[in-house]
Amino acid sequence: MYPILEKRELSPSVKLFVVQAPAIAKKCQPGQFIILRMDEAGERIPLTIADFNRQKGTITLIFQEVGCSTRHLGRLGAGDSILDVAGPLGQATHIEKFGTVVCIGGGIGVAPVYPIARAYHEAGNKVISIIGARNAELLIMEDEMRQVSESLHITTDDGSKGRKGLVIDPLKELIAAGEDIRLVMAIGPVIMMKSVAEVTRPHSIKTLVSLNPIMVDGTGMCGGCRVSVANKNKFACVDGPEFDGHEVDFVGLMARQRMYHEAERIEREAGSCSCHH
Amino acid sequence: MPSLRHKMPEQSAEKRRSNFSEVALGYTADTAQAEASRCLQCKTSPCRQGCPVEVNIPAFIKHIKDGQMDAAIQEIKHKNNLPAVCGRVCPQENQCEKHCVLAKRGQSVAIGRLERFAADHGQTHDNGAHPALKESLGKVAVIGAGPAGLTAAGDLAGLGYQVTVYEALHAPGGVLIYGIPEFRLPKDIVRKEIDSLKQKGVTIEVNAIAGKTFTIDELISEQGFDAVFIGTGAGLPHFMDIPGENLNGVYSANEFLTRVNLMKAYQFPATATPVHVGKNVAVVGAGNVAMDAARTSLRLGAENVYIVYRRSEDEIPARSEELEHAKEEGIQFHLLTAPVKINGNDKNWVTSLECIRMQLGEPDQSGRRRPLPLEGSNFELPVDTVIMAIGQGPNPLVQQTTPGLAVNKHGNITADEAGFTSKEGVFAGGDIVTGAATVILAMGAGKKAAAAIHDYVQGKKARNHG
Ligand SMILES: Cc1cc2nc3c(=O)[nH]c(=O)nc-3n(C[C@H](O)[C@H](O)[C@H](O)COP(=O)(O)OP(=O)(O)OC[C@H]3O[C@@H](n4cnc5c(N)ncnc54)[C@H](O)[C@@H]3O)c2cc1C
Ligand SMILES: Cc1cc2nc3c(=O)[nH]c(=O)nc-3n(C[C@H](O)[C@H](O)[C@H](O)COP(=O)(O)OP(=O)(O)OC[C@H]3O[C@@H](n4cnc5c(N)ncnc54)[C@H](O)[C@@H]3O)c2cc1C
Ligand code: SF4
Ligand code: FES
Repeated sequence: MYPILEKRELSPSVKLFVVQAPAIAKKCQPGQFIILRMDEAGERIPLTIADFNRQKGTITLIFQEVGCSTRHLGRLGAGDSILDVAGPLGQATHIEKFGTVVCIGGGIGVAPVYPIARAYHEAGNKVISIIGARNAELLIMEDEMRQVSESLHITTDDGSKGRKGLVIDPLKELIAAGEDIRLVMAIGPVIMMKSVAEVTRPHSIKTLVSLNPIMVDGTGMCGGCRVSVANKNKFACVDGPEFDGHEVDFVGLMARQRMYHEAERIEREAGSCSCHH
Repeated sequence: MPSLRHKMPEQSAEKRRSNFSEVALGYTADTAQAEASRCLQCKTSPCRQGCPVEVNIPAFIKHIKDGQMDAAIQEIKHKNNLPAVCGRVCPQENQCEKHCVLAKRGQSVAIGRLERFAADHGQTHDNGAHPALKESLGKVAVIGAGPAGLTAAGDLAGLGYQVTVYEALHAPGGVLIYGIPEFRLPKDIVRKEIDSLKQKGVTIEVNAIAGKTFTIDELISEQGFDAVFIGTGAGLPHFMDIPGENLNGVYSANEFLTRVNLMKAYQFPATATPVHVGKNVAVVGAGNVAMDAARTSLRLGAENVYIVYRRSEDEIPARSEELEHAKEEGIQFHLLTAPVKINGNDKNWVTSLECIRMQLGEPDQSGRRRPLPLEGSNFELPVDTVIMAIGQGPNPLVQQTTPGLAVNKHGNITADEAGFTSKEGVFAGGDIVTGAATVILAMGAGKKAAAAIHDYVQGKKARNHG
């Protein structure tokens, strides 16, 4: 059992847990994730390690309630325990001094981009960050991101915070202003990562994205997380989750993510999901 | 006139097609005793040569014949840590039963069924008496809780070692838990066998991924283990690299079976993990894995389930019992047929599997006749689910993070008969060494490695003291 030591609500649908998991806290690196199973009937849910404390043996998870499983998870609080937490999984982000690095987080994607931005910052890079959300209420981790960034740009779809628009708008301006960008790291909805890759492609700016296909085991055993990268099949859980954004088949990824939409609708309608009780 | 071997009582094909309860119901005590009486108790007992863990077959059968069921299971357990599993899934016709003197007319003693009977009797009549733990002879770590790892752990604990098994998934058992379906190997049976290992003193840590949560070197240098046994299996699914393999509705058998067995997707939505099974399902391959995927699809409501296999029935690698069961249940076979392409619709879902007919040519290296495509024989099989069951490779997590551990060109760990790898103190066995094989071979490897580990650790201790 993995006790939840602390819970915070970052927005009505985004929750933060600090979880006791010493073996994982000891080992994890920015860019890695865990798989948890809440209880006996639960799904195996992959979540990025948003932060960790090696001394205290804790990891921080930040998740958005999207379907039954994550909503159910969001009901837990400090003092409750999670049945299974396995990790750290996936390849760690390659951290070194590149020069200027732009870190982009969209929606819940700010959570996974944060430890990476911090690591780039600590490695002596000039980190420029862009974070965005649908509206002010959904914007997370602004303060944390500011602390590790040379400058921080905020966008919201409705203009309720920062500037109205998409995360790619400030990115385009940085490029136009001649900023010598050596690397872009973008994490967020697939459609966002796709458009970031389209913006940087003509300028040949190296662009990394962190993919979140549907996963089961997270150890390379099921092949469910396969994505086409440079026309080759890769397993996101062991080869990734980070890949070169200019080589990812985003369209295929989006289609595969929707594979269980129908089943989830049935689950919702059957009301069997415990978040309806 | 030699008597015929006793039939296994089974759920009727009609009934079992729609449930996940066990197909074979098991002998009653009377039938078991009658079957045991068929054993000639021959002095040479050739059957024993066919058993990779050397169960004393005539001895346990005699106990059953005499009605001494406790003695029977104890006799088996001297050699076999997972008898209820082996009695169900061993390819007996190619192992112990093949060598039985009565095998000539296909009427060998039903050794597997008797083993199953004794083991089930043992599980329901466990008297709870377990030998007290001896003084610890040392500490051994086992990576992977499949048949290889569990067997090594059981034997080492029996010898007096303190054993910790590290398992990546949230449940121990390996393929027995996530791969082989409930209707062939009830998970309760597996759990009970694992519980009896725990009672022997084996510690099992789940959610512990070697190469990620910790490395092999750390186990030895930081955690003070005297030796490590690696039994991580062959869990990496192969795909065919044909167009359309990433469409929705295409699964590896591993993903499909894991969703159903480990995550209990057949109880969805009472459990949270979904699985998609369409009306028409094509399973590519014809091994045990393919039969399991096909029969599982049927039970989840598919109307037509096809096995697509590029060779002929003679080459089908599945156990004969499973092949028979699949046929009885109405699985349809497209033999001498190979997939070339998967077609989909504009929503990215599978609509059909394009196949080509094959013929058998000259034998290849494997000694089996090589399948050759018949030009122009392409046809389309309308399906909405495709399950790839064409084999598995070794999972590389441990190899990648263990410097000095030699692997072959397929990525399997190189180990000798006894389980010695290229790295001091590290042993390996089971599918991770041989490639995908059988439960009992993996167990045999675990047993041999346990003995080798015992020699190694005691030798090292003697040297250190000498
Ligand atoms: C490596 C990795 C890291 C992730 N990190 C985070 C994180 O830090 N915070 C966070 O909020 N989410 C993260 N996710 C996504 C998270 O796992 C899914 O949102 C969650 O599994 C959905 O579960 P659900 O049952 O509540 O939703 P469901 O009812 O299963 O589905 C709701 C919607 O989410 C889609 N979906 C289902 N599973 C996934 C998935 N694995 N990834 C993306 N979409 C999915 C479905 O198609 C559906 O549209 C990560 C995913 C991966 C693969
Ligand atoms: C669907 C299916 C049906 C089968 N049917 C039969 C049958 O009827 N009869 C038969 O004899 N054989 C059958 N087999 C084959 C048989 O199951 C295998 O040969 C056998 O399980 C191999 O045992 P193992 O211990 O080597 O590996 P596995 O059973 O694969 O166990 C390996 C374990 O190691 C764990 N692991 C992997 N990597 C790590 C890591 N890095 N850290 C920690 N743990 C890790 C895995 O999660 C797994 O639990 C079948 C196989 C499948 C897939
Ligand atoms: S373990 Fe397998 S091979 Fe050995 S006696 Fe039992 S059924 Fe036969
Ligand atoms: S999640 Fe199963 S292979 Fe990646």
